[in-house]
Amino acid sequence: MNLEDYKGVWVFIEQKDGKIARVSLELLGAGRKLADKRGVPLAGVLIGDRVKHLAQEVFAYGADLLYLYDDPIFHHYRTESYMRAVIDCCRKYKPEIFLYGATSTGKDLASAVATDLATGLTADTTMLDVDAETGLLEASRPAFGGNIMATILCKKDRPQMATVRPKVMKALEPVPGRSGQLIEEHLPLGEEDIRTKVLEIVRETQKKVRIDEADIIVAGGKGLGSKEGFQLIHQFADVLGASVGASRDAVEAGWIEHHHQVGQTGVTVTPKIYFAIGISGAIQHLVGMQNSGLIIAINKDPNAAIFQACHYGIVGDAFEIVPLLIEGFQAALAREVQYGGKV
Amino acid sequence: MLHIVACIKQVPDTKIIKMNPKTNTMDRSSAPAILNPYDAHAVEEAVRLKNRYGGTVSVLTMGPPPAVKAIRKCIEIGADEGYMITDRAFAGADTLATSYALTKALEKIGKSRSIDLIICGKMTIDGDTGQVGPGIARRLDIPPLTSVKKVVEINKEKGYAIVHRKLEDGYEVVQSTLPCLFSVEKEINEVPYAPLPNMIRAARYQPHIWSVDDLEDVDRTLLGLKGSPTIVSKVWPPEKPKGGEMLTGTPKEQAERIISLLLERKELFRAKEELG
Amino acid sequence: MAEKFDVIVVGAGPAGTACAYTLAKAGVNVLLLERGEYPGSKNVMGGVLYRKMMEDIIPEFYKEAPVERPIVEQRFMMLDKESAVTFSYKGLEWNQPPYNNFTVLRAKFDQWFADKAVQQGALLVNETVALECIVEDGKVVGVRTDRPDGDVYADVVVLADGVNSLLAKSLGFHKEFRPDEVALAVMEVLKLDRKIIEDRFNLEGDQGCTIEIFGDATKGILGTAWLYTNKDSLNIGVGTMLSGLIKHKIKPYELLEYVKQHPMIRPYLQGTEQQEYLAHLIPEGGYNSMPQIVGDGVLVVGDAAQLVNAIHREGSNMAMTSGVLAAEAILRAREANDFSKTMLDSYRVNLLDSFVGQDLKKYKDATHHFEKFPHYIEKYIPMMNRAASQMFTVDGASKWEKQKKIWRDIGSAGDKLKIARDLFQAWRVMK
Ligand SMILES: Cc1cc2nc3c(=O)[nH]c(=O)nc-3n(C[C@H](O)[C@H](O)[C@H](O)COP(=O)(O)OP(=O)(O)OC[C@H]3O[C@@H](n4cnc5c(N)ncnc54)[C@H](O)[C@@H]3O)c2cc1C
Ligand SMILES: Cc1cc2nc3c(=O)[nH]c(=O)nc-3n(C[C@H](O)[C@H](O)[C@H](O)COP(=O)(O)OP(=O)(O)OC[C@H]3O[C@@H](n4cnc5c(N)ncnc54)[C@H](O)[C@@H]3O)c2cc1C
Ligand SMILES: Nc1ncnc2c1ncn2[C@@H]1O[C@H](COP(=O)(O)O)[C@@H](O)[C@H]1O
Repeated sequence: MNLEDYKGVWVFIEQKDGKIARVSLELLGAGRKLADKRGVPLAGVLIGDRVKHLAQEVFAYGADLLYLYDDPIFHHYRTESYMRAVIDCCRKYKPEIFLYGATSTGKDLASAVATDLATGLTADTTMLDVDAETGLLEASRPAFGGNIMATILCKKDRPQMATVRPKVMKALEPVPGRSGQLIEEHLPLGEEDIRTKVLEIVRETQKKVRIDEADIIVAGGKGLGSKEGFQLIHQFADVLGASVGASRDAVEAGWIEHHHQVGQTGVTVTPKIYFAIGISGAIQHLVGMQNSGLIIAINKDPNAAIFQACHYGIVGDAFEIVPLLIEGFQAALAREVQYGGKV
Repeated sequence: MLHIVACIKQVPDTKIIKMNPKTNTMDRSSAPAILNPYDAHAVEEAVRLKNRYGGTVSVLTMGPPPAVKAIRKCIEIGADEGYMITDRAFAGADTLATSYALTKALEKIGKSRSIDLIICGKMTIDGDTGQVGPGIARRLDIPPLTSVKKVVEINKEKGYAIVHRKLEDGYEVVQSTLPCLFSVEKEINEVPYAPLPNMIRAARYQPHIWSVDDLEDVDRTLLGLKGSPTIVSKVWPPEKPKGGEMLTGTPKEQAERIISLLLERKELFRAKEELG
Repeated sequence: MAEKFDVIVVGAGPAGTACAYTLAKAGVNVLLLERGEYPGSKNVMGGVLYRKMMEDIIPEFYKEAPVERPIVEQRFMMLDKESAVTFSYKGLEWNQPPYNNFTVLRAKFDQWFADKAVQQGALLVNETVALECIVEDGKVVGVRTDRPDGDVYADVVVLADGVNSLLAKSLGFHKEFRPDEVALAVMEVLKLDRKIIEDRFNLEGDQGCTIEIFGDATKGILGTAWLYTNKDSLNIGVGTMLSGLIKHKIKPYELLEYVKQHPMIRPYLQGTEQQEYLAHLIPEGGYNSMPQIVGDGVLVVGDAAQLVNAIHREGSNMAMTSGVLAAEAILRAREANDFSKTMLDSYRVNLLDSFVGQDLKKYKDATHHFEKFPHYIEKYIPMMNRAASQMFTVDGASKWEKQKKIWRDIGSAGDKLKIARDLFQAWRVMK
């Protein structure tokens, strides 16, 4: 393999029902930086059925080129069809770097493509950089349950591929009217070549997740005072779409069932966000939650041990602070609805 | 009669793992080795399908000799046979080299009894990529169905499977030809408490153990560290909290600060927004 | 169809594993049931493993077993609030084969020992709780577990399920413990760099040290605390009679916290990081509360049979010896193909004949004696500290005057007589 033959930074433009996934726009922002540092063009790869009109948006967000596969066979995402398009495009145009969103679609597609091209793929990247001279991509990601960060290189093979977590890269401000080159591609692919069929798509709202799999946990302790007081925890969790956790003392008081107990004799949890409300922070509790991504503690006692283990602490009465949080968060959500239109 | 193979891996329990702050390496002694939790669901699903349609469940792992324990765990769940490939030549494999080695083992298993379905976990908690399953499917040139949260039907005579694939905002019903490969979500099933006869069988069970020489047509340059395009160039500890920033101001100001912190991570609240 | 084994051993602690090992080695088809995730996963011990009894089972086990440190020094500390009288013996003869004792971490050691039994052919099934014995015609014929299809049968069932044996209780062999028959022990494993341990405890290389702590550590409740060195961690714990805890309304972990914060102990623990917190009961009723240990088709060994020498903190050794003796009785029973109580009773006879029975008899009154006389802790240890302080403080007073002062501190002639009597009594139960 001659590495010199591979040029340019590519982003897979994930779309569904004619709308581009936010993460793809973020990746165009990140890809732009890499491309500029290398002095190479930034390209998007867009696959779908009647999606040509999205080209404008891709250029507005920073792409110089767009490879387009527009065909009814691409109406639904299917690994087999999309993979062929991407592989075809890579073989023809040879990118040096290829980024995908770390969504279920992006990961599915990238895994298949990387295997076929026999190249390296870094999963769930959260940081990207490139060596301007060599073009070596430095893709960094959390590993071992978030216990360390690791930088992954792919020295001898091209394209260097990575899936990138949503929301960690920043999209550029779109420049309306910014133009680029549209390259339309065709694959001689018939329905009989594809072994999978999408029979139906069902949309549903998400159910609450189990506590050990939850991304957000609101946990309450003895400080809530009573079973009635503990309801505050449920209310707050509902607003956030979070799961409810508890200290052992709250469980033993009978305010909530044991399977919500966090700690040494309960569940160990590693959510992205953990609220400890009215929990003193006994070591047996801490061992069950200290690896959480962001820990916010609310406690009346400024000397409570939980403040040593948290990222942000509020000294105050839960019954004063939490209602403010509920109210404020609801208001913030409502604002989102107004200009975002999606909740 | 179906022949289902579940790919499973033994992993350190990353929930309780401790890192050596000086060397940034895992203190392996601090974390017990367990069956990758996602793979337990893969095996359970295979066993359920066996009970539904009749057939055999085999499990396959690549790993160091102690991984036999993970195979026994699968026998407890109800698997019939266990295969392990273990060899220095496999060491240091990334997902590409892993899927290659596993594919070679699957080909060998398939020679004595052809395989209808392969089931993988959604991901491993140490490698944490979810790439190996789709990699195997590609190498065997069979359709990969990732994010499977329900199996609706397997029809061996007519050669198809119908499943629900989880999407960010719901699910899709997909039909595929057989053989194919699933990677399954945790929610696909609950792994029940195993019956005692399974436990006794597992305690006695001796898996088939193969080294690289037992596999056929192997290109050794595609194995292990040599066959891995990716390398880890450095590791470092993730940013530690600076030890609890105490918020100040009125309760209202404090609450507002928290809300703005939360909104920075709003992806957690609405995964759906991803597609907008 | 439920399976039948020759023998089922319930509990893979030192007693059960020793029994299963001995049986398997003799070619018996034995099932070893353990409720923990693996043997030792939940087991607790201060940490001293006695070499002799283990070597009777596996010669030179220390060459491969995961022992922490051979103990070369044993210290005894008599604590007052802000002082301590300490004496110790250190001997380097204990630092070479055959050694004397070792510190061990049960989570590692039990697992290793059970592996050895498996290598001999025992079948180990973990994560399975035996709920009760299956009894037919008054004979124990098997075990019911908590798993689906959970019955399993055998000629003999050995109950090695530890203190408060659920199964022995279900057979009516013993009743619920009285609080004055058991001690509650809590313990922490604290991580510490091995170099620091060696410096802090004055050790070279692998050498280990144990400290037994009496007096103020237990706030006047009958019991002791201990601090042992592992390879790169310390075990600190405190065990007190349950009755005392109830009487003084102290929670065990509060007591442990108190010990850890004690100014005489605190410096040993500096810079440690908590790794594990464990709590466990110790049967301390001794000979007097030994339950029935033999029945038709059933034997009871180890803690389940209350085989603990409370005064010398010996338990695992007695557990192992009882396990081996039970196995030998079963082998004899197999030759006769008779698993009746009468046939198996040779276990009980041999056990009472062995050091286990002898020691249990010897110390049968010790715990009760000390519990009846709390002033051993409340009064005599502080007195001893004051005396030492007097003697060693150089303040111009002659040693002669000092002795007089100490003598006065002890109290009236009546008090002196009482102390003499107490000490004699203590010597009698302990000797
Ligand atoms: C062997 C063992 C195992 C254990 N396992 C676990 C375990 O798995 N999980 C676990 O959680 N615990 C466990 N514990 C118990 C643990 O030691 C603590 O006792 C327990 O975590 C304390 O619970 P808490 O923080 O809710 O209660 P407390 O310690 O009573 O703390 C209540 C806190 O609420 C604060 N507070 C009171 N009122 C308010 C208010 N209005 N607003 C805000 N703050 C307020 C107080 O300042 C205090 O800090 C275990 C203990 C032992 C001995
Ligand atoms: C804090 C403390 C310090 C001690 N220090 C020392 C010391 O330094 N030296 C010493 O020699 N001794 C010491 N002892 C005593 C010693 O630990 C015990 O005497 C010894 O462990 C007894 O062995 P065992 O096999 O009878 O019971 P255990 O070691 O208690 O083993 C019983 C086993 O049975 C399993 N089990 C229980 N119930 C069931 C069930 N229903 N089904 C299936 N499995 C079951 C348990 O999980 C466990 O593995 C100490 C004890 C304590 C609590
Ligand atoms: N060494 C291995 N042996 C067998 N199966 C594996 C191995 N590594 C990964 N797998 C399978 O591939 C899935 C995804 O793994 P990963 O790509 O490491 O996240 C796992 O859930 C397993 O089913």
